[in-house]
Amino acid sequence: MSASAVPLVAMHDISLSFGGVHAVDRVSVDLQEGEVMALLGHNGAGKSTLVKILSGAYQRESGTISIRGDEAIIANPRDAKKYGIETIYQTLALADNVDASANLFLGRELRTRWGTLDDIAMEAEARKVMGRLNPHFQRFKDPVRALSGGQRQSVAIARAILFNAGILIMDEPTAALGPQETAQVGELVKKLKADSIGIFLISHDIHDVFDLADRICVMKNGRVVGMARVADVSKDEVLGMIILGKCPPAAIPGPGAIAAETVGSA
Amino acid sequence: MLNRFLKATELDTRMLGMIGALLLIWIAFDVLSGGLFLTPRNLWNLSVQSSSVAIMATGMVLVIVTRNIDLSIGSMLGFIGMVIGVIQADLLPMLFGFDSPATWIITLVGGLVLGVVLGAFQGFLIAYLGIPAFIVTLGGLLVWRGGAWWVTSGQTIAPLDSRFRLMGGGPEGSIGAAWSWAVGLAACVAVVLLLVNGRLRRKKFHFALRPVAAEIFLGSAACALILASVAVVNAYPWPIGSVRRYAEANRIEIPDGGLFIAHGIAIPVLIAIGVGVVMTFLALRTRFGRYVYAIGGNPEAAELAGVNTRWVIMKIFMLMGLLAAVSGAISIARLDAATNSEGTLAELLVIAAAVIGGTSLAGGVGTVAGAMLGAVLMQSLQSGMVLLGVDTPLQNIVVGVVLVLAAWLDVVYRRRVQ
Repeated sequence: MSASAVPLVAMHDISLSFGGVHAVDRVSVDLQEGEVMALLGHNGAGKSTLVKILSGAYQRESGTISIRGDEAIIANPRDAKKYGIETIYQTLALADNVDASANLFLGRELRTRWGTLDDIAMEAEARKVMGRLNPHFQRFKDPVRALSGGQRQSVAIARAILFNAGILIMDEPTAALGPQETAQVGELVKKLKADSIGIFLISHDIHDVFDLADRICVMKNGRVVGMARVADVSKDEVLGMIILGKCPPAAIPGPGAIAAETVGSA
Repeated sequence: MLNRFLKATELDTRMLGMIGALLLIWIAFDVLSGGLFLTPRNLWNLSVQSSSVAIMATGMVLVIVTRNIDLSIGSMLGFIGMVIGVIQADLLPMLFGFDSPATWIITLVGGLVLGVVLGAFQGFLIAYLGIPAFIVTLGGLLVWRGGAWWVTSGQTIAPLDSRFRLMGGGPEGSIGAAWSWAVGLAACVAVVLLLVNGRLRRKKFHFALRPVAAEIFLGSAACALILASVAVVNAYPWPIGSVRRYAEANRIEIPDGGLFIAHGIAIPVLIAIGVGVVMTFLALRTRFGRYVYAIGGNPEAAELAGVNTRWVIMKIFMLMGLLAAVSGAISIARLDAATNSEGTLAELLVIAAAVIGGTSLAGGVGTVAGAMLGAVLMQSLQSGMVLLGVDTPLQNIVVGVVLVLAAWLDVVYRRRVQ
C-alpha cells in the first residue's frame, strides 16, 4: 500500500451542510485496493454522511471523487453502482414487504429471455450467496419483515457482495449480529480484502476496527482529526482522537485536529 | 388435514376469504329476493356493471401500493368520455362521413392517448415536483370535471358510433355462445400451461414441488370455475325485441317457442378480464411491478438500491390515466351518450374496491385480482339492494359500512398472520 500507487477511491475536499450545520467539512480521504479503511467518530461526526456521498445517496456541495485516478460523477445510487460501489447501510435499506431474493436483486433483477422477472433463477442465486453467509437461512419465501435482525442483516450484506463490488461501504455491519455472526462478518471482510476489494468500514466497536482495519480515519464535527495506520497507534490514542480530537504523533493530522499547543506537548 | 391441503396449494387464504364472503352475499341476496339474484340475467348484468370500476381498480392498487392516491379518475373518465364524444360526433364525420368503420378505432385510440397524457401530467407533478398525490389529484378532480363540462358547454352527446357502442355490452356487444366457449377453453388451456410451466421451472432448480394432487385440484378448480361462468353467460338469452330485429335482418324464421340466442361474454367484461390479466402480469412478472411493491415497502430503500423511483411513480399515474380512459370508453358506450357527469364519484368506488380487495393504504400490499374481486363485491351489494328495492340513501349507508368493516377485518387478519 505505497502512497504512490493510484488510490482506488480518493475523496478530496468534500463538503456538505444541512441547514447551516457542516455535516462534512472539507474532508479528504482515500482508499487503496484490498484495504480496509475504518471511519471512526462519535454519532454525528459525519461518517455516515461522508459514505452516503460516495454511495450516491447524498449530493456533495463541493469537492471531487476519483475512482482509480479518474474523476467519478456520482449523482445518484445508480451511478455509484456503475462504479462498483456497494453499500451496506446502517438502516439496512430493505423493502420489508418483499422476500429476500427480491431485495438482493432489487434494481438489478435477473430476467428471462422474454424480459420478465426470473424469480426462480434469482432465488437459486440467492440461496447460493445466503448459503455462504448464513448456512441456516431457509426463509426465502417470507417477506424480510418476518426475519430476525441478524437474518435481515445477512440479506443486506449478501446484496452488497452479490454483484462483484470493487468498493464496499459497510456502515455498522455488525450492529444487529450476535458474536458468532459478527465473527463470520470478520471472516468475510478478510476474504473480500484478499479479492482486492477496498472497504470503508464504519464501526463503533474499536476492537473490531483493530482486528479488521488497515488504516483508520477519525472524524469529529464533520472534520478529519487524523489518519493513521492501525499498526502505528494504540487503542487509547485512537480514543483520544475520537473524544478529544487530539492527534497522536504517529498519525497524519487533519483539519479537525486541535492545535498541539492547546493540548500541551504530546 | 384441510389446512395442510390448503397450504400445499399455496393459495392466498385472504383471497379465499373474500371469495367466501362474495358467495355468502350472493346466496343471501338470492334467498332474500326469492331466487332473483343468482340468475343468468342478473349475473350477466352484474359482470357488465362491475367491469368499469374493476378496470380502474387494477390501476388504483398500484397507486395505493406506492402510498399515493388518485382522486381524479372519476373526473378524468368524464372528461375523456366527452372528448371521445366530440371527436366522434363533431370532428370525424366531417372527415370520413357518418358511420365510417374507422371512427371507433380513431376515437378509442385518441381517448387512450389522452388518458396517458393526463396521467403523465399529474404523475410529473407528483413524482418530479413533489406535490402530494392527494392534492394534485384533488385538483385534477375539479379541473377535469370542469373540463368535461367545458368541452360542449354541458351538452350531452348522443347517440354514439354504432361500432363504438359494442364496447358497452348489450346483446350485440357480446360475443355469443360459440366464441364464449372458445374463450373459456383457451383460458383453461392457459391455466394448465401455467401450472405445468411453473412445475417444470421449479424442477429445473430443484425447488420443493407442490404435491401432484394439489396441482390437479388447482387446475381443475380453475377450469371448472371458468367453464361454469361461460355456461352462465351463455344461458342468458337475447331479449325478444333484439331477436326479432336480428331475425328480420338475416331473414330467419322464428320457430315456435322463440329463438334462443345466447349473450355470451359481454365485450366490456372481456376487456376487464384482459386488463386484469395484463395488470397481474405487470405487477408480478415485470421489473416495473417489482419496483412498485418495493417502493411501497420502503421508498428510501428502493431509491438506494438504484431504482428510479420518480419515473416509476410517474409511469403508475400514466397507467392509471390509461385505465380511466378505457373505463370512460366503456361507460359512454354503455350509456350510448357522453355526458359531463359520467364517472362522478367513481374514484371513491374504485378506492373502496381496492381497499375491500386487501390493498393497504399504508403501502406495499395489494393484489390486482383482489381489487377486481372487491369491485365485483361492491357491485353485488349495490345491485342486490336494488333488486330488493332498498332506498338509495340506505344503499349508500350499507356500502359505506361494508367498506369500513372490510378495512377493519383486514387489520385484524394481518395482525393474526404476523
